Amino acid sequence: MNVHVLGPFRAALVAVEGHWTWYRRNWRATVISNFLQPVLFLLAMGVGFGSQVQAGEATGGHPYVVFLAPALLVITAVQNAVFESTWAVFSAFKWQRSYQGVVSTPITPAQVLYGQLLWIALRLAAGTAVFLGIAVALGAITNPSAVLAVPFAVLAGMAFTAPVVAFTATREKPDSFNVIFRFLVMPMTLFTGGFFPMSQLPDWLHPLAWVTPVWHGIELARGVTFGTLRLLPAAGHVAYLSALVVLGIVLGRRYFHRRLAV
Amino acid sequence: MTRESSTQASRNDGPDTDGLDTANPPAAPKSSNGLLFRIIPPGLYAGRSHVLVERSYLVSKRAWMSVISGFFEPLFFLLSLGFGFGQLVTTVEGPGGPMPYAAFVAPALLAASAMNGAVFEATFNLFFKFKYAKVYDAVLATPMGPVDIALGEAAWCLIRGGLYSGGFIVVMLGFGLISSPWALLALPVCLLVALAFAAAGMAAATFMRSWHDFDLVQLAVMPLFLFSTTFYPLSVYPGWLQTVVQCTPLYHAIELMRALTTGYVGWGALGHVVYFVVMAAIGVVVAARRLGKLLLT
Amino acid sequence: MSGPAANVTVVTSTLVHAKGLTKHFGSFEAVRGIDVEVSKGEAFGFLGPNGAGKSSTMRMVACVSPRTGGELRVLGMDPDVDGPKIRARLGVVPQQDNLDTELTVRQNLQVYGRYFGLSRSAVRERAVELMEFAQLTDRADAEVEPLSGGMKRRLTIARSLVNDPDLLLLDEPTTGLDPQARHLLWDRLFRLKQSGVTLIITTHYMDEAEQLCDRLVVMDGGRIAAEGSPSELIRRYSTREVLELRFPPGEQSAAEVRDLAERVEVLPDRVLLYTADGEAALSAAHARGVRPVSSLVRRGTLEDVFLRLTGRTLVD
Repeated sequence: MNVHVLGPFRAALVAVEGHWTWYRRNWRATVISNFLQPVLFLLAMGVGFGSQVQAGEATGGHPYVVFLAPALLVITAVQNAVFESTWAVFSAFKWQRSYQGVVSTPITPAQVLYGQLLWIALRLAAGTAVFLGIAVALGAITNPSAVLAVPFAVLAGMAFTAPVVAFTATREKPDSFNVIFRFLVMPMTLFTGGFFPMSQLPDWLHPLAWVTPVWHGIELARGVTFGTLRLLPAAGHVAYLSALVVLGIVLGRRYFHRRLAV
Repeated sequence: MTRESSTQASRNDGPDTDGLDTANPPAAPKSSNGLLFRIIPPGLYAGRSHVLVERSYLVSKRAWMSVISGFFEPLFFLLSLGFGFGQLVTTVEGPGGPMPYAAFVAPALLAASAMNGAVFEATFNLFFKFKYAKVYDAVLATPMGPVDIALGEAAWCLIRGGLYSGGFIVVMLGFGLISSPWALLALPVCLLVALAFAAAGMAAATFMRSWHDFDLVQLAVMPLFLFSTTFYPLSVYPGWLQTVVQCTPLYHAIELMRALTTGYVGWGALGHVVYFVVMAAIGVVVAARRLGKLLLT
Repeated sequence: MSGPAANVTVVTSTLVHAKGLTKHFGSFEAVRGIDVEVSKGEAFGFLGPNGAGKSSTMRMVACVSPRTGGELRVLGMDPDVDGPKIRARLGVVPQQDNLDTELTVRQNLQVYGRYFGLSRSAVRERAVELMEFAQLTDRADAEVEPLSGGMKRRLTIARSLVNDPDLLLLDEPTTGLDPQARHLLWDRLFRLKQSGVTLIITTHYMDEAEQLCDRLVVMDGGRIAAEGSPSELIRRYSTREVLELRFPPGEQSAAEVRDLAERVEVLPDRVLLYTADGEAALSAAHARGVRPVSSLVRRGTLEDVFLRLTGRTLVD
C-alpha cells in the first residue's frame, strides 16, 4: 500500500471529500433550510409585503422586490452558515467525534479546520447560486452583473463563519448557539439595510451595523447588481470582510489545535 | 375499568414510604382531576403532571439566558417591521379600515411568536427527551403515566409561551399599538393558540424518526409564518389563494389578535376560538396515545 | 394506608409470580413461556447471553411492557390493572442509564422522588442520604454528563432507591464498567441485600451472578433452561473442577483426552475437561504425550453450567 502524508491543500480537499460523502446521503435534509426558505422569504417579503410599498427614494427607485433581492442573497449566505458553523461543528467535536477520528490519521487539526471552512464555503456558494437563479426566474433580478454578487455573498458569509467556527471550537455545551442566533444573526439580518434603508434607523445604530459582515456584504451585492459600486469603497468592504475571515482562521487554528491535539 | 377501582388506584398509588416520609404522605391526586381519571385508564395517568413542570423549571433555571433570549426574537421583528419597513408603507387595510403598519403587524407577530415558541418547544424538546435523553423511560418506571407526561409538557409550553406573550403585549402597549380594552383577552387567547400548536407539535414529534424530520416542521411553520397575512393583508392574494390561507391555523390566530388589539371584535371571533379548541383536543389525544404506544411496549 | 383499598396491597411473601409468561414483538418471540417465583428478601438472578429474553422479562415485571400471555403478579397485583400502584413500590435500574442529563446529581434524585409523590422536604433529605450511599456527595451539584460510567451507574441505583422500594430490579447492573467500578457497585448491592431489599438481577456475567444471587434461572432463547442456587447448579450441571487445555489454533483435538474426564467440551480456542480432580487429569494427559500450549485447573462455574445447558458460551 502506498501510504503517504498529504500536503496541506490536498489534506483540506480530502476533508471536504469526507463531508461530500456524507452530504450525498443526507442532502435532502438541507434542501428546505438552504434552498427553499430564502425563496419563501423573497415571495413573502419581496412580492407580498412589496405590494404595499411604493417604489421611491427609499428603494432606490426600484420596485421593492428588486431592491430586496440582492440583499437577500447575502442574508441567505449568512443564514445558511449559522447551522453549519455552530451545531454541525459542535457535533463533530462532541457528539459524533468525527474530528477526533480524522486527526488520528496524518491530517492535522488545522487541516480539519480548512476542510470545514472550505466545505461551508462550497455550501454557501451552492445556496446563493440557486437563490440567484430563482430570483432571476421570478424577475426579481434582471441585471447580469448580479452574478458577481454571489462571490460577495459567500465572502460575507465566510466573514461570519470563520470567527463563529473558532468560537464553537471553544464550547463544551451548545447553550450559547441560540443566543448567537437571536442576538447576532437576527439583528444582523433585520437592521443592516437589507429590508429597508439604514437611513430609517437612528444614527447611533449605524456604527453597530457597520461592524457586521452583513452590512458590507449587502453594500457590495446591491452595488454590483445596480451598477453603483465604486472601486474604493468596494476595496474597503472586501478588505474588511477578508480581515474577518483571516481573524477567524488564525483563532480557529489555535482552538482546533488545542482541542484536537491532546 | 369501573369508576370505583380507578379511584382506588388513585388513592393508593403513593409509594410505601415506611420510615422515610411518614410525616408527608404521598400527595393524592387532586379532586379536580376526577374527570380525567374517569375517562382515562388508571395506568396512563397518575395525576402528577405538575412534577414535570417542576422539572422543566429546574432545567430552565440553569439555562436562563436561552430562555430570556426567546423574548427578543419577536421584539426585533417588531422594531424592524414596525419602524423600519413601516416607513416604506404609509397605511395598510386593517380590520377597521386603513391603519398604521406597526399596529397592523404587531398583533400578527404576537400570534406568530406564540406559534413558533409552542411548536419548537414541543417538537424539539419532546423529541430530544424522548429519543435521546430517555427522560420519559425513567419517568414511566415510576407511577407516572404517558398522560402525565403529555399534560406536564404541554403545561410548561404554555407557561413559557404565556410569559413571552405577556411581555410582548406590554411592549405593544408601550409603543401605543393597542387601541382597545378587548386586548385584555389577547393573553388568554395566546395561551389557547399556543396550546393548540404545542399539542399538534407534540403529536407530530412522536412520529419523527430522526433529526432530519425537523426540516419538515420547518417546512410547515415557515410558510405559515410568512404567508398567513402576517406582513400584508389577505387582499394581496388572488381569490383561490385567499381561500387556502383562510384554512390555515395561523391565519385564524392573527385575525383573532388583530380583532382584539384594534377592538373590531365580531361573532366570527368565536369561530376562530373553536378552531383552536378542536385543534388542541385532537393534538393532546394523539400525543398521549402515541407516547403510550411507543413507550409502553 | 387506610380505607377499604388497603387490603389490595397486602404484601405476600411471593413478590413476583409468573406462570407461562410470554412476550412477542410482532412475530418475534422474546419470552416463550417462563415460570418464576421470587420471594421476599432473596436476591434472584436471570443469567443468560444477550437476546435471551432477560430484559423483556424485566420490563414486564417493571410494569412498563404489557405481557403477551401467561400469568404475572407483581407484589400480589396484576400489572395490567395496577401498573402505577406496583411501580410506586419498585426500584428500577435499566440496562442503559437514563439519568436526566439536563439536571444535576442532586436534582436527579429530587425530581425522581417527586414523581413518586414525595414532598419537597422529603426528597431533599432523601437525596442527601442517597448521595452518601452512592458515594457521590462531593459531586452533589455537578452535571451528570461528565460523570464516569461507574458514578452514573451508582447514581442510577441511588435514584431507584428514592421511594424505598420493596423490590429492586437491576438490568445488567455492571455491564460496561471497569473491574474496580464493578466491585464498588457489588459492594453497594451487597449492602442493600443485607438490609433486606429484594433484588432481581439480570446479567450475562457468571461471576456477578455467583457473587450476588441466592437463586437464579439460566435463560436461553426466551426459555428457562435450569433453576437453582449457584452452587446447586454447578453441582448439577458441572463438576467440581475443570481442566482447560489450550492448543495452537487448528491443532486441538479431543480424541486423545476424551476418556480422561466425565465430559469434554471443545471450544474454538481450548478444550475443557470436566472432572472431580483436575490435576490428576492433567498428569494423565501429559503421560499420554498431549502437549498443550498452556493448561489451567479451576473450579466449575456458572459459565460451565451454561455451556452444558446450551452448548454455547455466555459472552461471545
